[in-house]
Amino acid sequence: MALVLLAAPLLTGLIRKVKARLQRRRGASVLQPYRDLRRLLGKEVVLADNASWLFRTAPYLIFAFTWVAASLVPTFATGLLFSWTGDLIAIIALLGAARFLLALAGMDVGTSFGGIGASREVMIASLAEPAMLMVILSLALIAGSTQLSTIAQFMLSPAAGLRVSLALALVAFVVVAIAENARIPVDNPATHLELTMVHEAMVLEYSGRHLAMIELAASLKLLLMISAIACIFFPFGLVIGASEAGRYFVGLGAYALKLAVAGTLLGIFEMSIAKMRVFRVPNLLGGALMLALLATLLLFVSVGL
Amino acid sequence: MGISFDVAHMLAGLMVLAGLMMLYQDRLYPLLHVLALQAALLALSVGWQAHLQAAPHLYITAAIALLFKAAFIPWALRRMVFRLGIHREIESVVGIGPTMLAGMALVALSLEVMLPITAQADPVARQDIALALSIVLIGLLLMVSRRNAVSQVVGFLAIDNGISLAATGAQGMPLVVEISVAFSILVAFIVIGVFLFRIRERFDTVDVAALDRFRGEQP
Repeated sequence: MALVLLAAPLLTGLIRKVKARLQRRRGASVLQPYRDLRRLLGKEVVLADNASWLFRTAPYLIFAFTWVAASLVPTFATGLLFSWTGDLIAIIALLGAARFLLALAGMDVGTSFGGIGASREVMIASLAEPAMLMVILSLALIAGSTQLSTIAQFMLSPAAGLRVSLALALVAFVVVAIAENARIPVDNPATHLELTMVHEAMVLEYSGRHLAMIELAASLKLLLMISAIACIFFPFGLVIGASEAGRYFVGLGAYALKLAVAGTLLGIFEMSIAKMRVFRVPNLLGGALMLALLATLLLFVSVGL
Repeated sequence: MGISFDVAHMLAGLMVLAGLMMLYQDRLYPLLHVLALQAALLALSVGWQAHLQAAPHLYITAAIALLFKAAFIPWALRRMVFRLGIHREIESVVGIGPTMLAGMALVALSLEVMLPITAQADPVARQDIALALSIVLIGLLLMVSRRNAVSQVVGFLAIDNGISLAATGAQGMPLVVEISVAFSILVAFIVIGVFLFRIRERFDTVDVAALDRFRGEQP
């Protein structure tokens, strides 16, 4: 649990660094998110006059939900503290709860930006979640379980074979992860341009330690998605069950490597494409839903024969 | 069920995916690229069948698919689009979302229909035939859901890709049949090309709705 908390800002810092280097800027240090968080934690909170208790409690709840969800994912070993409950549907439910709170908090103060952000976020979520569930369904059909550690174990065994459904599910999962984390084709995390922002619009009214909680939760969510993708589709080096200490170090190293590769790829990907119009986002997510549906349908062919 | 089935399944599945990508495209040039991609996948799939069935003549079929369907026809269509000077954006009759859903429903339908009735056949041929039917149905859907005549031609060629996949999945398809099919496609292509230019000359558009208006079927 502590590992994901410590690693999440580093991943965000790495992505920012990669993007800055690609723009021929030197960029802030990869440790900059930690400094930001420390500074935000030390600052006083400015609250709007009409902010209710919901506005003040939401950041902590969002952070707690996301943290629990992130610690359910087997990062470098399957036998971790919480992995026995590491069920994909539970993780989606936790993230959904966090998103619900964030949307409520965005609307609570009554500024127009918060409302816009909340309505867009819910629109994206209502499209992304069916796609996510279809991906989970196809994975469950292949591996026979929605338990993340069981899926990882199955993927490591030679029974996984060569399946087109897995490739389709991977693409769909990546699209959904990008949409859920408000990364570039769907939302730009580095802008405050009112026409386009989604996530930033909802958290516009937050300051001080509340903002720190929300930023940390956003980093954690990104780490969660990357860990889940790494655990399901690239489970190399994952320690299965109890093992000696040496294997755990290999697993940790592999996990750090996977995070670094994923962060760099995400940075390059974000630099190479432009932000999408909000009205085009349903098409993108519809494509993800279609891919996941197709993966499930093709599974009926390959399993049914 | 070994690697031979998995590779055949993957290639056929990717062809279905390419068919759905065609439904997703709303511009002409990417549509032609996806058509070329689908034909290249067809060539790979036929080549894999040739390897499985140890049938050298299927390699010739694969070569025909690669040269003719994946290279020549998309190139010719591209030139045609360029010379017609038409809009690159395709007006579809209904939106992309419903069309995609209809495409998925067609894939499900064809699996539902074909898997039970081919119960005795060899698994590779079974899945090839089932997925080929869904490619054919997606091609038909592409033809009915687009107004632009060029994209209707693309739908027609997608149907041909599906039929070729089904034919090579069944064992013992003679080379002469494949060559005659290829030539009939070529003839159809030339005829359609001539028609396209005639339509364009007369109506200044390749939107087939203009034909309906000309016949007085629509207000």
